[in-house]
Amino acid sequence: MTSIFSSDGRQTACTIIEAGPNIVTQVKTKETDGYSALQLAFGDKNEKHSNKAEINHFQKASTSAKSFVKEFRDYSLEKAIGETITVDIFAEGEKVDVVGTTKGKGFQGVVKRHGFHGVGEQSHGQHDRQRAPGSIGGSSYPSRVFKGMRMAGRMGGDRVKVKDLKVVKIFADKNYILVSGSVPGHNGSIVLIQK
Amino acid sequence: MNAAVQFVHEQLTAKKEFPKFKAGDNVSVNYKIIEGGKERIQSFRGDVLKIQGTGATATFTVRKISDGVGVERVFPFFSPNIDSVILNKVGKVRRAKLFYLRERSGKSARIKEKRF
Repeated sequence: MTSIFSSDGRQTACTIIEAGPNIVTQVKTKETDGYSALQLAFGDKNEKHSNKAEINHFQKASTSAKSFVKEFRDYSLEKAIGETITVDIFAEGEKVDVVGTTKGKGFQGVVKRHGFHGVGEQSHGQHDRQRAPGSIGGSSYPSRVFKGMRMAGRMGGDRVKVKDLKVVKIFADKNYILVSGSVPGHNGSIVLIQK
Repeated sequence: MNAAVQFVHEQLTAKKEFPKFKAGDNVSVNYKIIEGGKERIQSFRGDVLKIQGTGATATFTVRKISDGVGVERVFPFFSPNIDSVILNKVGKVRRAKLFYLRERSGKSARIKEKRF
C-alpha cells in the first residue's frame, strides 16, 4: 500500500494493483459451449513447471505459459483469442469492486473472529473469562446448540468482495492501477477487479 | 521495498527542496491553511521528534511547547500543503526518536545545539 495526495492536500491511502496485461486464451460462445465467456490469463510461468496440455492451450493464443487463468462469463468487451486486455479499460475516478482471498488467520477465538467482547470484568475477583464466548444456549430449552452459533474456529482465507473502491490513479505503461483503501489478501496475491 | 511500490513512489513524489534535518533539530514548518476560501501560510516551530516511513508516505513529527502545553504535529514530507521547511538549529542527540522529551519539561527538555 501507499498513499496519494490530492491537490488540496488530502491524503488517501491506496493499494497498487498490477492489472494486466491479461491475454485472452479462450473465447467461449453459446454455439460451442452453451454460454458465452472469455478466459483470461495473467502472470508468466516457467515452461518447466507446466504440462503439455497447458503449453498447447496457451500456444493457441500464441503466448507463453501463464500461471493464472480465470474465466469471465458474459464479458462485455468483444475480444478475439490472443488479444490483450490492459488497464486501459479503467478510467481514473470510476468505482470498481475488488475480489480477493483474505489473509488466513488460523484458529481464532470469538473475540477476534466474531467481535465478541468477552465475559466479565478484569477485576472484582473475576479471572480467565476475558475472551470467553459466554453462554451458547439454554439448558432445558432448547437443550441443544442452534446451528450457526458463532464459535471459535478457522478465520480468514475467505473470498471477499470489497465494493466501490475508487480508481485513484493509473500508470498505463506499467499496467499499475491505484485503488483507494485496502484490498483482501496478502502482498502479491491475485485479485479480480470488477467494474 | 517492493518494485511496484518503488515505481509508484518515484512517480508520485515531486522533487521538493528541503534542508536535510533529523530528530533533535529545531525547524520551522511553513504550511498552507485555507481559511474561508483564502490561503495563507502559517509557521510551526519546534523540535523534530522523529522521522518515520519511506518514500511517498514518509512523515516527520515536530513538537513545541505552546503556552505551557506540549503540541505535536505530524507533517507528511510530500504533502502539497507544506510550503517550506527552515532549519533553525542542529541538535546534538543520541537517539533517532526523542520520545523521552514528552516526559520532560523546562530545563531538562532542552536539546544541546551542535556547533560546527
